[in-house]
This record gives sequence, structure tokens and C-alpha cells, in this order.
Amino acid sequence: MILASPLPRLEDVPFFAHQRLVVMRHRGRIDPERIDDYIALDGYEALPKALLEMTPEKIIGEVKTSLLRGRGGAGFPTGVKWELCRKAPGERKLLICNADEGDPGEFMDRSVLEADPHAVLEGMVIAGHAIGAGEGILYVRDEYPLALRRMQVAIDQAEAYGLLGSDILGSGHSFRIRVIRGGGAFVCGEETALIASVEGRAGRPSPRPPFPAQRGVWGFPTTINNVETLACIPAILLRGGAWYASMGTETSKGTKVFSLVGKVKNTGLVEVPMGTSLRRIVFDIGGGIPDGKRFKAVQSGGPSGGCIPEGLLDLPVDYEALTKAGAIMGSGGLIVMDETSCMVDVARYFLGFLMEESCGKCTPCREGILRMHEILTDFTEGRGTEAQLALLEELAPVVKDASLCALGGTASNPVLSTLRYFRDEYKAHILDRRCPAGVCRSLITYVIDEGRCTGCMVCRRACPAEAISGGKRKPHRIDPERCVKCGACRESCNFDAVRVA
Amino acid sequence: MDAERLDGIMRRHDYAPSGVIAMLQDLQREERYLPLEGLRLIAERVGIPASRVYSLATFYRSFSLKPRGRHLVSVCLGTACHVRGGGRIMDKVTRDLGTPQGEMTPDGRFTVEPVRCVGCCGLAPVVTVDETFYGGMTQQKVAGVLRRYE
Amino acid sequence: MTAPLTVEGLRQLKARLRAEGKAREEAIRARVTVHMGTCGIAAGAREVLEAVEACVREEAATDVWVTTSGCAGLCSREPMMTVERRGSPGAMYAGLDAKKAREVFASHALGGKIAEAHLLCIGSERTD
Repeated sequence: MILASPLPRLEDVPFFAHQRLVVMRHRGRIDPERIDDYIALDGYEALPKALLEMTPEKIIGEVKTSLLRGRGGAGFPTGVKWELCRKAPGERKLLICNADEGDPGEFMDRSVLEADPHAVLEGMVIAGHAIGAGEGILYVRDEYPLALRRMQVAIDQAEAYGLLGSDILGSGHSFRIRVIRGGGAFVCGEETALIASVEGRAGRPSPRPPFPAQRGVWGFPTTINNVETLACIPAILLRGGAWYASMGTETSKGTKVFSLVGKVKNTGLVEVPMGTSLRRIVFDIGGGIPDGKRFKAVQSGGPSGGCIPEGLLDLPVDYEALTKAGAIMGSGGLIVMDETSCMVDVARYFLGFLMEESCGKCTPCREGILRMHEILTDFTEGRGTEAQLALLEELAPVVKDASLCALGGTASNPVLSTLRYFRDEYKAHILDRRCPAGVCRSLITYVIDEGRCTGCMVCRRACPAEAISGGKRKPHRIDPERCVKCGACRESCNFDAVRVA
Repeated sequence: MDAERLDGIMRRHDYAPSGVIAMLQDLQREERYLPLEGLRLIAERVGIPASRVYSLATFYRSFSLKPRGRHLVSVCLGTACHVRGGGRIMDKVTRDLGTPQGEMTPDGRFTVEPVRCVGCCGLAPVVTVDETFYGGMTQQKVAGVLRRYE
Repeated sequence: MTAPLTVEGLRQLKARLRAEGKAREEAIRARVTVHMGTCGIAAGAREVLEAVEACVREEAATDVWVTTSGCAGLCSREPMMTVERRGSPGAMYAGLDAKKAREVFASHALGGKIAEAHLLCIGSERTD
């Protein structure tokens, strides 16, 4: 058949063309509630290999060869982590799959759980065998009802086939998985806090050492792996650690899943080899910024991360490069910001988040974040002073150095990275009482461009404060005294006549 | 609150101190919030101080000690929703309902709560009502969504 | 409750599932996959699935296999659906609703003609 104009092919669509799927290798191809779909592809092929043909040491060796690093954020080598737990003295050991995806703006783990639950289970059984654990805990966010349901269905099906339970595939290895629902505490992403929560206590971190590999849940050696990390394992065992290590950069191997969201045309989940540039991710895969706006920054790594400006877009994504730029890999959130995103507001947003999520145990985190948030709020509300800016810069490193766990230890990153790259925006807020992006309510006014206004009354009806005057087909005006700056007029205007000044 | 049903919940978790978080989750699923009486019963049967149950109920964000309306409206304030105007959606909802975050409307119809990311960032800003997700919200659209609930 | 699988049993199951899948692919006219992660459902994937299932009933198209998967990855173009016809590459459709899904179903799944108006691209993702 000859077509007048060729239809777009997958390989011509940049969103798909630049992706390389390992974690999401079954994306769109299996019904997650049917174990048979998974088995009909390459599912549960690595499992017999691992249980019957490989010793735990050999499995650990293969994972070490792959140079896979933990995808939850810290990037600790997975094989080394397993080895520590394997070698720890003790009969009883535990494996936890951390599916309490806590960073706001990220959903890699949710998607993997929902789309390919058996890949996670298979990875867990293999990990259990490698570290010598007979029990696994799947710690899932309670805010993910669909993921929870699909994981439970998957566990039931795997048990019915004997792929979970005792003497799996006649190997003598037994492994059971219990699901625990998270309580919605961000700090539980921290390993010792997660352990406390699994034990039924409030999720407050404790000092390390002892590390979980030595003393974890109920005092037993425990390994905690992230969803994405575990989903890689079957593929690594099937194709070999060397294959996995052939992708990526010097220090960061394999592929990484990013959730690409914010002010970008194509939002979604993106899996690319480590070392792919941010520019490729944002502009090729993501299709750039919508509505003809200008790119400003991409925020990487959640509340512990930082904002990367235009000038560093050619940076290859890997653990070290992102850290050097003042951000972190984190678990893979990329939030794109354009000229209408205020970087001071973004810093204040993250500090507000961390302030509420700080468990309150150590003072630098509890009080330090509170003070930084106060200062940032003063900036965004037009009360900021240069002395406060100096105080902020003094406080940020103290919170970083003196906090007990990573929550406080990274809490200053959003402040430090925005100060490093967007200092002029801070200056505009403090010295000129101006928000260049038009976000901070106390510093902006809404005005109607009379040249564009058609007098259609739509904004007048939308205004909750009755601040808009002007009759039909006559230019409308906003009374700044009454205006509550909700932006309803701007949102409702069909003629782009409402401006922020 | 039905004490027998609560006992059933506790039995499901073996009356174990380590199962208290799960008990609270199950109780909240039934009652939509955590009645103080329930916390006391759990403490009694499990054999731990009531203060410990209370501390769990207040430490974890997903628990509510206040009665909730028939429909729980969660306005997502995750990062993607924040940069795409989630805060303005929250303002609109609380303004229209005339009730602050975390409080039940006088007619018992809604409770509005902020949520720190529901993982639906690609469709930001997002609002969920009970377990239904609504993406691409605007101030206008969210008003329409709420009208569907009685 | 079936007996726990042995290694040999798992191998046989896999072989049988693959053979059955192949036989089914040869017997059917088309396979329609509605991509249903949380994002897709929020964007209306359930309505799309219901529309497709209604089409199957109305047309008594028992030779069209309707199935679901998790998220297809491109949230901003959800709801999405893939249609595969025997002997030709699959096609991904995006930005659907019940009405558009019906159009795609009638044109591509039943008629074998790609519904260009809603097409995202031809081909489906494969790993190397």
C-alpha cells in the first residue's frame, strides 16, 4: 500500500526514539493482573537460573559486575549492599522493597508496580536468595491504591504457582512477602526510619552505624532496595552484568527511569541510558516548553535535589555530574520550570514540604528548616532584607552538616542551588520587591490589557472578589484593592488580556 | 464506631503492637477518620499506652483525628502540581466551600485536604475525590468536578 | 490451588503459553490494548475500555481480543490504546475518549485501516 504522506513511526517520535527500556521492558505489553502474560515473555526466567544454577555469591558477583547502584536516591552499589548483608552474622535476615515513593513530583515506582508487578516480585525473590533472607516486606505508599491492588494480585498469583512460598521451584529456597502500607511520612524514605515504621513505630531515623545490613528490622540484618533497583535484577541475571555495565557512564551504569513533568510538552516516564544529556531529555524526548515560553531550570532529585539552569543542560545525567551541579540524581524526578516559575517560590515550596515532614528528632533539621522557610516566606511576601539573605547563606550549610539523617542533610540543596544559579531572582524579591516570574502574590498585580479586552464579561463572572468592573463590550478594569490575586480572571480570559505586572 | 468490627480489625493483625499502624489504617478506611474511642480500645486490647497509639496517629500524615465529610477532596500539592498552579486550585476549593483545609463542610458533604503528591504528575494539577483522579484541573473545572458529588 | 511449579513445570508452562499466544494471534483479527495506569485512568482510560468492550459486543466481534496494560509512559497524551492486526505492525493511538476509541476500533481493529486522525505512531515499543 502506498500512502500519500507517510504515517509517523515509533522511531520517528522523539519521545520514544531516544528511550532504552530495561526497567520498563514490558511497558504496554502485559496485563499486570495476569502472571501468564509475564511468563509468556521472559518472566520468571531469571528465577530458576538464580535459585538452581547460581550460588548466592555468584548472584552477588553478577550484580557487582553490572555496577548497578541503588535507584532510591543514594546510589550505593547494590551488589556491595547485598554482600554486606550476606556476610552479616545471623540466621534470620530480611529484604525490604521500598515502594514508599515519597518525593513529590515523581511516580517511577508507582508505574513499575502498576505495570510490571511480577518483575518486582522476581527481583525480590532473587535478592532474598542472594542475601540469605526468607522473608520480604513490600512497603508501599497508601496513596497508591491501584499499585497496592495489583501487587496483591501478583503476590497471590505467584503463590498459587509456587513462585513464592516454600521450596520455590524445588530449590529449597523459601521466600514469603508481606505487604505493609506506608503512613504517608516522607522521612520513611530514610532506611532507619523505614525500619522503625515496619516495626510499627513512628518513623524516626536513628544514627548509623549500626547499618541495616548489621541490625535492621527487629535487630536482624536487613537489606532495603528500591522498586526500580529490584525490577532491574531479572534482566541483569538473564543478560549478564557485563551487558548492563555496557550502558552508561564511567561511574553510573545502565539505564535510569525519570518522571518528566512540569512545564514540558510531553510529560511522562522516560527511561534512558545513564549519561544522556538533560537537553536531550527535556527538549527531544520532552518536546521542550509549551506555549512558546522560555526554559528556566530543571529540578532534579526532589526536595533533596536542586535546580539546574540552561547553561548546564548539556550535562550528562549521572550520579556524580548531578551532584557536582548542586542537584542530585535522587530517585529520578525531573520537574521542568519555565520563565513563569519563580525560583524563590520553588525553594520556599521545598522547604515548606521538608518543614512539615521533618520528624523533629534533631534540632538542626527541625529548627533550621523552620528558620530557612521563614526567611524564604519573607522574601516571597516582600519583607526580605539583605541581612536575611546573609543569614540564610550561613544557616544552610549548618543544617546540611549537623542534621542526623539525609532529610536534614540535603534540605538546604533547594536553597543553595537556586542561590547559586538564580541569585538575581532573590535580589529582585529583596531589593526591588518584585517577582520577575509573576508568581509571588504579594509582589504582583493583575491588570487588564485594554487593547486586547473585548468586554466579554467572562472574567467578571469568574472573579470571586467582585474586583472587576466594566460593562459589556467595554474594557474591564481590576480594582487592585479588592483583587485577591487568585488568577481566575487570567485563567478564564480567552483573549490573553489579563497580565501580571 | 462499632467496637466489634474494630475488634475484628485487631484480630486480623494478631493484636500485635507492631500491627497498630495497620489497625489504624483499617479503622480509618471504615470510619473515614480515627475516633479517639477507637484509639483507646486499640491501646487497651493490644496492651500498650494510649499515648503510643496517639503518637502514631499524629505522626503519620495519612491519619485524621477529625471526622471527615462524605467525600474526601484531596488537592495535590506535589512539585509538578505546585508549579502548575495546584495552590490556586486549593484556594478556589476552600473559598467556594467556605471551609478551611482539613475541616468538614457544615453540610457534611466534603473535607478538603492537601496531599503531597498522588503520583499522577503528568496530568498536573490533580485533584482526587475519594478514589477518583481528576487531572488537568483549572479553577473552572474543579468547580464542575465538585458539583458531581452529593 | 494448583501444585507448586517445578523448574520443568515452569518451562512447560512458558512453552504452552507462548504456543497458545501464537495460536491466538493467528486466530484473531486484532488485539486492542488499552493502557491503564493511574494516569491513564485519570485521563479517561476506563471510558475508552468500556467503549471498546461495547463495540465488541455490538459488532459481535469475538475475534478481537481486548486487553489492558499498565501505563504506556506518555502521560500528556493519555488515554492511549494500541491496535495490532495480524501481519502488520501495531499502531498507538493517543488523546482518546469514548467516541474516538469507537472510531479507531471500527476503522483499524475491524476494518484494518489506520485511523490517522488519532494516530500517535506506528509500531510498538520493543526492547533490544
